[in-house]
Amino acid sequence: MEYVLIFISAIFVNNIILAQFLGICPFLGVSKKISTGVGMTGAVTFVMVIATIVTYLVQKFVLDPFNVGYLQTISFILVIAALVQLVEIILKKMSPPLYQALGVFLPLITTNCAILGVAIMTIQKDLNLLQAVAFSTATAIGFGLALIIFAGIREQLDLVDLPKGMKGTPIALLVAGILALAFMGFAGMV
Amino acid sequence: MNKLSIFTKGFFKENAVFTLLLGMCPTLGVTSSAINGLGMGLATTFVLIMSNIVVSLVKDSIPDKVRIPAFIVIIASFVTVVELLMQAYLPALFESLGLFIPLIVVNCIVLGRAEAFASKNNVFSSFLDGAGMGLGFAMALTMLGAIREFLGSGKMFDLVIFPEQYGMLVFVLAPGAFIALGYLIAVINKLKKA
Repeated sequence: MEYVLIFISAIFVNNIILAQFLGICPFLGVSKKISTGVGMTGAVTFVMVIATIVTYLVQKFVLDPFNVGYLQTISFILVIAALVQLVEIILKKMSPPLYQALGVFLPLITTNCAILGVAIMTIQKDLNLLQAVAFSTATAIGFGLALIIFAGIREQLDLVDLPKGMKGTPIALLVAGILALAFMGFAGMV
Repeated sequence: MNKLSIFTKGFFKENAVFTLLLGMCPTLGVTSSAINGLGMGLATTFVLIMSNIVVSLVKDSIPDKVRIPAFIVIIASFVTVVELLMQAYLPALFESLGLFIPLIVVNCIVLGRAEAFASKNNVFSSFLDGAGMGLGFAMALTMLGAIREFLGSGKMFDLVIFPEQYGMLVFVLAPGAFIALGYLIAVINKLKKA
């Protein structure tokens, strides 16, 4: 039950993009087509879960025992940057088709604040390792859900006749606002 | 490019938020009031200026292949400095900005300026570039924060303008951030064409 709650909360109620404003850059940047949205979601899920596990272990076995919690920001971002490189190298060697699908998105992920944000939130919420895995998986699903819905709407937006100033980013932001309103309907579920 | 235009381009022509659409997460996340927007903007400005200065000082001794990780370490150090200073001297602001302070590390503006400007220019130009870009970012955040605070709760910089019960609460909440920024960018696009 506890894990069900983590999932519902992270996917719908506290959606990472629409309620917490993390990962907005890829949300606006790669949401012009559903297919790129799906690719980005795959890459983010993959890296987010691994990064959360690794940073969790770093926190528990390096930062806490040596009492150097103030190095959290700097060590987490280094771990994530190294991890993204590593994942890229391993994927290239082990699974070329997966690398083909996710490859272009991987370098972008280092500066995706959702990854670092989830890693820090996991520590702040004081979750255990299994909860951390559930939390990061659910957050990534929530990220994908918002991104893919948004990409679907944006594909339709190309066909709409808009005033000149509203074209592109402004109308995309308005749509995101309405989407966020819809997601607010889930508030109170957990 | 002369020194003045290096400083002023960050305010309008190359404003990070309105024209380059960088650093959107803090832009939307912390602007529920003008004070929060200003605080976040100034914190980012500090990191931007310091990291620009240090990057331009060490640019010749960093091998090209490892420059991005090196820049990230420099930026993360200054973010940690800001984090600890804020926690000590501005605990209330630190509390309300929360997660977004450590996340300055992954703000694309900071790494973007280090890579695009500071790694190619001298110290003084880099300082001006960081100050201009940072203050432009702070200006955008304060504007958005003031608009949202005014529409949402009838206040501006905590100054009551109309009673709170007439405010549109949605503008303080998450959806209002997207909607307010959307209209703000539309207005700025219109002004730029005119």
